[in-house]
Amino acid sequence: MRATSDVAIVGVGATEYYRRGQSWPRTITELAGSAILAACEDAGLTAKDIDGFAYYSGAGAGYGQSMDTADFMETLGIPEVTFTAALTSGGGGAAGSIGLARAAIVAGDANVVVTVMALQQARQRLGSVFAAVPPSPLNSFIQPSGLSGPGHLMSVLTRRHMHDYGTRREAFAEIALSQRENAANRPKALKKEPLTRADYFNARMIAEPLCLYDFCLETDGAVAVITTSADRAKDLKQKPVPVVAAAHGGRREWGRAFGWMGMPGENFASSGHAPVAKHLYQRAGVGPADIDVALLYDHFSPMVLMQLEDYGFCAKGEGGEFVESGAIRYKGGSIPVNTHGGQLSEAYIIGMTHIKEGVEQMRGTAINQVPDAELALVSGGPAALPVSGLILGRDS
Amino acid sequence: MTALATALPGENVHITTDPYTEPFWQAAKEDRLVAAKCAGCGTFRMPPTPFCPNCQSREVEWAQLAGRAVVYSFSVVHGFPGLPDITLVAAVLELPDAPGARLVSNVIDVDPAQVRIGDEVEVLFSPIAEGWKLPLFRPAG
Ligand SMILES: [Zn+2]
Repeated sequence: MRATSDVAIVGVGATEYYRRGQSWPRTITELAGSAILAACEDAGLTAKDIDGFAYYSGAGAGYGQSMDTADFMETLGIPEVTFTAALTSGGGGAAGSIGLARAAIVAGDANVVVTVMALQQARQRLGSVFAAVPPSPLNSFIQPSGLSGPGHLMSVLTRRHMHDYGTRREAFAEIALSQRENAANRPKALKKEPLTRADYFNARMIAEPLCLYDFCLETDGAVAVITTSADRAKDLKQKPVPVVAAAHGGRREWGRAFGWMGMPGENFASSGHAPVAKHLYQRAGVGPADIDVALLYDHFSPMVLMQLEDYGFCAKGEGGEFVESGAIRYKGGSIPVNTHGGQLSEAYIIGMTHIKEGVEQMRGTAINQVPDAELALVSGGPAALPVSGLILGRDS
Repeated sequence: MTALATALPGENVHITTDPYTEPFWQAAKEDRLVAAKCAGCGTFRMPPTPFCPNCQSREVEWAQLAGRAVVYSFSVVHGFPGLPDITLVAAVLELPDAPGARLVSNVIDVDPAQVRIGDEVEVLFSPIAEGWKLPLFRPAG
């Protein structure tokens, strides 16, 4: 029994995607503003209709930069906002930010709510962020080890998954290869050239067992999404995309994730998403078998595999075999994953491209459209809590 | 011949402390490995923090550890900002005499290709910036 949806996504907009540092001299405000205006135009709204902002990552824009509602109001001419809030922590909240927008709309606090992420890596590469931050009393227990970025920390989780379950690098290669294939026909994708198994296995190792192609791209750009009530959505330009359910949070066993390595075994070799998946499916009244397309946050390929387990597409520990069987392929797979090429091949906008693709799949307008898809799962990053998930539906 | 795993040059390694973590680092200065143990219920925690997550007590005992550890997982890290050629084995270590707590450190003086989960290692203390010392580990003899 599927829950009825009280809110819907009615607009999505994006800038061009740039290789790291190439968006300069555009600013974060310009990138984000361009995406917001594009999302308004997509919806058939104007900036003057916006009255709420629901961010994630603490309204951060990558690391070390931030977005500000007052800047957007001033520069875009938004007359009044009645809600502006952000989920805490980082990219784990990407999908859940739509739940924050929903909370505002259902509570009557706002009507037209924007979620936006802009990223510009001219100053600081995300890949070395943990080496670049000043020492703190807590990170003094991890920084000296040389685990200098998020992928380095996830490589330790990956090693343990391989040890516990016999997971092979072939599975990570299959994730990278299948997503590259999905990016091939996408005009805005940054990596379209075919990736071969030999390319993968000959690639530079960064943090073993992870190689270059297990890491997502480093890019600049912005994506914005507009959410409104189901009633208001009926009169707008696009077919509404109902928000069937959203959930964010997580359990202490996954814990501080990036800065703490004390997780119990089952949680250590995981994405931390299992509790969010449980709440998400309960709220939606569906299970993994009902999902037609999965847009899973892919900062590092093994974390896609661990999310497939945590969201119940296969049993815990069987993600490697499941992926290697071809199950996640757009063509011929049982659950197409990251049909847009994801952050490994299209662009890395901290989770927002997954929401955009989920919306397009549910409109029926995706470039790699899954035929008759009725439910899309979107996830935020396996990262410091909260992590999050979102189920989008097709308007009947 | 494979390069042996090493640690970041000591002068590049900076730490800071607060009142909850300082005893760990002061002990390291004296070549002693210690762990925060709840004085109420005996639960170990690492890094040291203001409260016991099990019983919320603020009372801490600093347990002296023997300095042996077991590799729970690890990464072979190739390069570090400013040090492109360095090879590090960054390891998550279980501490048999502080069950439930894990320490993140480096295993050094070892061919990275020979490291396995379950390996036994033992502590040594290496000078770092500002007069502190960092616990590192090498294969147990
Ligand atoms: Zn206690």
